[in-house]
Amino acid sequence: MKGNIIKYAQDNIDTDVIIPGQYLKVHDYAELATHAMEGLDPDFHSKVKEGDFILSGKNFGCGSSREHAPIALSHSGIKAVLALSFARIFYRNAVDGAFLLPIEIEQDAYDEISEGDEIDIDVSANEIKNLTKNRTYKMKPFSDIIGKIIAAGGLFKYRPDQD
Amino acid sequence: MNIVEKILARASGKSSVAPDDVIFANVDKVMVHDVSGPGVIKVFDKLKKQGISVDKLWDPTKVWVAEDHFVPSAEKVSAENIVKLSNFTKQYGIEKHFKYGMGQYGICHTISHEEAMVMPGEVYVGGDSHTNTTGALGAFACGLGHTDVAYVLLNGKIWFKVPETMYFKINGKLPDHVMAKDLILKIIGEIGTDGGAYRTMQFGGSGINEMSVESRLTMCNMTTEAGAKNGIVEPDQKVVDYLSSRGASNFNLITGDDDAEYSRVFEYEASEMEPTVAKPFSPENISVVREAPDVELDKSYIGSCTGAKYEDLMAVAKILKGRKVKIRTEILPAAISIYKRAMENGLLKIFLDAGVTIGPPTCGACCGAHMGVLAKDEICISTTNRNFPGRMGHVESQTYLASPLVAAASAVTGKITDPRDLQ
Repeated sequence: MKGNIIKYAQDNIDTDVIIPGQYLKVHDYAELATHAMEGLDPDFHSKVKEGDFILSGKNFGCGSSREHAPIALSHSGIKAVLALSFARIFYRNAVDGAFLLPIEIEQDAYDEISEGDEIDIDVSANEIKNLTKNRTYKMKPFSDIIGKIIAAGGLFKYRPDQD
Repeated sequence: MNIVEKILARASGKSSVAPDDVIFANVDKVMVHDVSGPGVIKVFDKLKKQGISVDKLWDPTKVWVAEDHFVPSAEKVSAENIVKLSNFTKQYGIEKHFKYGMGQYGICHTISHEEAMVMPGEVYVGGDSHTNTTGALGAFACGLGHTDVAYVLLNGKIWFKVPETMYFKINGKLPDHVMAKDLILKIIGEIGTDGGAYRTMQFGGSGINEMSVESRLTMCNMTTEAGAKNGIVEPDQKVVDYLSSRGASNFNLITGDDDAEYSRVFEYEASEMEPTVAKPFSPENISVVREAPDVELDKSYIGSCTGAKYEDLMAVAKILKGRKVKIRTEILPAAISIYKRAMENGLLKIFLDAGVTIGPPTCGACCGAHMGVLAKDEICISTTNRNFPGRMGHVESQTYLASPLVAAASAVTGKITDPRDLQ
């Protein structure tokens, strides 16, 4: 899966900046997408392209359980968020709703990957290739159940009895 | 096994579970509100198109519905969401729907204990991150998103990775003018906003035994701000009395084994705690009130699932009695039952005499939605649980999180004020 990076070099990007509380009443996915990241980067909607990835620091998606957060990012075109770590509910929502891949990266990838770099994510090899800088990084493998839910295409398509 | 492991073992039909086990737990209660409900309906619509049946819920008697985030409706999208929610409960035969403007209603996490919707030992999930609050009754209470809640509504169960448990042993008794909010802010300040990530935060010790159930609710509510999966306190006679007085019976008082294991143990001396605030823009950015910045406040907000229970309003009344507020101050009791008690016991008169505005139970300004949001550059002291950029309105407004006593004392002076220093 290839895409370009939009980088936010900070920790604790919370759900209130990913999709501010005033939009929680909105359940139209296209409209939500126009407000994605509004609390942090008002230019996000004009710069994001289909297939882009976000790269950020620790505890991405902390705060609210609002599924609007991965929905807004996903419908903006974001296919994966690469972060040093994720907040629990954001991570779960991203996977169970099959909105985007939450990829836990190591410090070297966080430090070296820059805004605009083209990245190739190889989930089966647990590798991230930086095509722009010709470097390869390890990503943390998905835990067993997360990998299975992703492979199935979301929680509703996952059949635990067929494991 | 500790209390969470015992609850999850029971709920998944296993004799024992250990941290990192992945289980499907049978859910005892599930809550949706006016934010998660329409989201769930959207998921149902999608499933229907995929040929998955959404004709009936697994058990409508175990589902309850709250209207709290966008009531009273300020515009038509919110109003339409409330209609959607009503149609949903009618269609699926959900009887426990706490409707705004009809008898008891209020913030979902407050209804969960005020109306005894959740019992000790239960697995309780809700479409809101502060579902953790109800762990104070001895339940495994955990927040989920729309898709997960939709899955629970249709299947009656959901997957969990059994969390590690961090045990916080609280010794002694909080001093006068120091509340549970001060203690939990201190803990979050020390472990950080991801300090509890993927884990349980369990509270115990003599300091917790001393605490009222309402104070314990504040502790568990704020575990969300440390990123915890859930917060919990082992149930005791105080919990039984609390729920019994609200008409509940037949408790399953699960507690941990004597040899229960915890991934880490922390110890705090309650007597050493001081009035504390969390400065913008993170709940971990703490300071004792006496060392807080000397800023001119624009507003004091006393509301939310964290800071507008009856005990919280009693604390506020203690400060406001015979005094006047110097800044815009809004008090929103967290449920109608609390509002009514505040009226019967004279609290509302104290508030009104002090110059305060009293609003209906709602999440309103806490999540920057309506009913008192902040303008650019405005500074607020608030009894709520989160102070992220833009949380209570404009992205360039600022919120200081505080106990009800500190928020009330600050309302009187217009500056962040230690209630011990109030003249």
